[in-house]
Amino acid sequence: MTFDQLLQNLANGISLGALYALIAIGYTMVYGILRLINFAHGDIVMIGAYAAFYGVAMFILPWWISFPLAILLTTGLGMIIERVAYRPLREYPRINLFTSAVAVSFLLENLANVIFGGRPKAFERPAFMNEMITIGNTQVVSYTPFIIITAVVLFGGLLYIVNRTKVGMAMRALSKDIEATGLMGINTDRIILFSFMLGSALAAAGGILWATKFPQINPWMGVMPGLKAFIAAVLGGIGNITGAVIGGFLLGLTEIMVVAFFPSLSGYRDAFAYTILILLLLFRPTGIMGEMQAEKV
Amino acid sequence: MLEIQNLHVYYGGIHALHGISLSVPAGKIVALLGANGAGKSSTLRTIMGIVKPTQGTIELEGQSLLGMKPFDIVKQGVALVPEGRRVFTNLTVYENLALGAYTRTDREEVRREVAEVYALFPRLEEREKQSAGTLSGGEQQMLALGRALMSQPRLLMIDEPSLGLAPVLSQGVLRRLKELNEKSGQTILLIEQNARAALSIADYAYILETGEIRLKGSAADLAQSDEVRRTYLGVH
Repeated sequence: MTFDQLLQNLANGISLGALYALIAIGYTMVYGILRLINFAHGDIVMIGAYAAFYGVAMFILPWWISFPLAILLTTGLGMIIERVAYRPLREYPRINLFTSAVAVSFLLENLANVIFGGRPKAFERPAFMNEMITIGNTQVVSYTPFIIITAVVLFGGLLYIVNRTKVGMAMRALSKDIEATGLMGINTDRIILFSFMLGSALAAAGGILWATKFPQINPWMGVMPGLKAFIAAVLGGIGNITGAVIGGFLLGLTEIMVVAFFPSLSGYRDAFAYTILILLLLFRPTGIMGEMQAEKV
Repeated sequence: MLEIQNLHVYYGGIHALHGISLSVPAGKIVALLGANGAGKSSTLRTIMGIVKPTQGTIELEGQSLLGMKPFDIVKQGVALVPEGRRVFTNLTVYENLALGAYTRTDREEVRREVAEVYALFPRLEEREKQSAGTLSGGEQQMLALGRALMSQPRLLMIDEPSLGLAPVLSQGVLRRLKELNEKSGQTILLIEQNARAALSIADYAYILETGEIRLKGSAADLAQSDEVRRTYLGVH
């Protein structure tokens, strides 16, 4: 493999990783707070992509209106799901919450199948994302840097909110102890809703960017990215936002690099993701950034 | 300040509180004593709105707290230092205190309040940037107390401040509570395993047994009562 090919693969791996990371954050945040694996999260990704698609294809909006609007609508949907399908079940056994998440996932996929149709649709990239960029002998299509830059800006914003704002402080407290957070006079319901809002917004952005990279959308397009992003979240140490980002990039890069260096293994690309997961969990059960829980009496 | 009448609480099928009535006068320290499972923590958790009573009334200066969520009850001026302290070990000492003042928007006021807590517990200031998980048990208890004070509660409730602390430390914590009460007139409702220590700082005390009030009175009288001496103070 030439150096230029390596650079190309790196760009490809980083952009794929950025997408995994964007989606992984939602899993890890919700898990960190509610100890819930939000199985519907991948389908939020799908809804985001469809919303952006219809904004451009049906309502003829320019991308810079359609994309943010799609994120806004999808975020609203994520918040409704929390309010309707999760909040009422919070004080019951955890399995009820999990079952509800699975049900929401199927509901979204089947609704999408009925409303949007099961046949894949071609997602049209905005023109500026279709340009070939040549640096030296390396060529990338402009959607790749767009994905990476957008993702990095979003990570920065999220880390700022979580680590530097009052509501972020409440989120971190909540992930430690919901009841004690309520004792601080904090409306815990509102903070949980806010977390779903952030997670859904990032997932919607992830879905739209995913569609610019793989421009065919269908009602089940969120399943695989969702699963991979969940793996990324576990790799990074579920509950830890920085870990989810690291896990996402690690997974994306590994998938691309394995195929780049061993082209004959390209059929096993997905198998690698799961093998890494199993190996990492065997040797470091809490993930890369996860802490061992030590109880202090 | 706090008036509770005929409070009944069930946990699942278990009748945890059988019609408890108690009152906490403003500016006083009231102690709840009794064995494990007597219903002391249930009482505080019910006042705080974490547990819903099936019957009875809870009034703070004439206003009913029934049906309010815990975070609303904090806004009414009640703070609870929960059993086991439960500080946010993933946050810094300063952040823990800032969370205690979450409902307040005036930054200057919050800063002043933090300074007051630091004056009370200088150890916390030394460690303000450290994560609360690195504190010792005694320091965590100070932090939990400071955090509760940040909301400037009219009524401060504390569930077993000396649990898990060395006797010297627990004496220290109780002495701080007494100081707080004497200096700023802080009203306190306290659960304490160590009946002798609790009676020495409290004005009034209630002794709970299996969800009922067995004895009540001024702390001084109870400390003299034969029954209390035999059962709770270990004097024969």
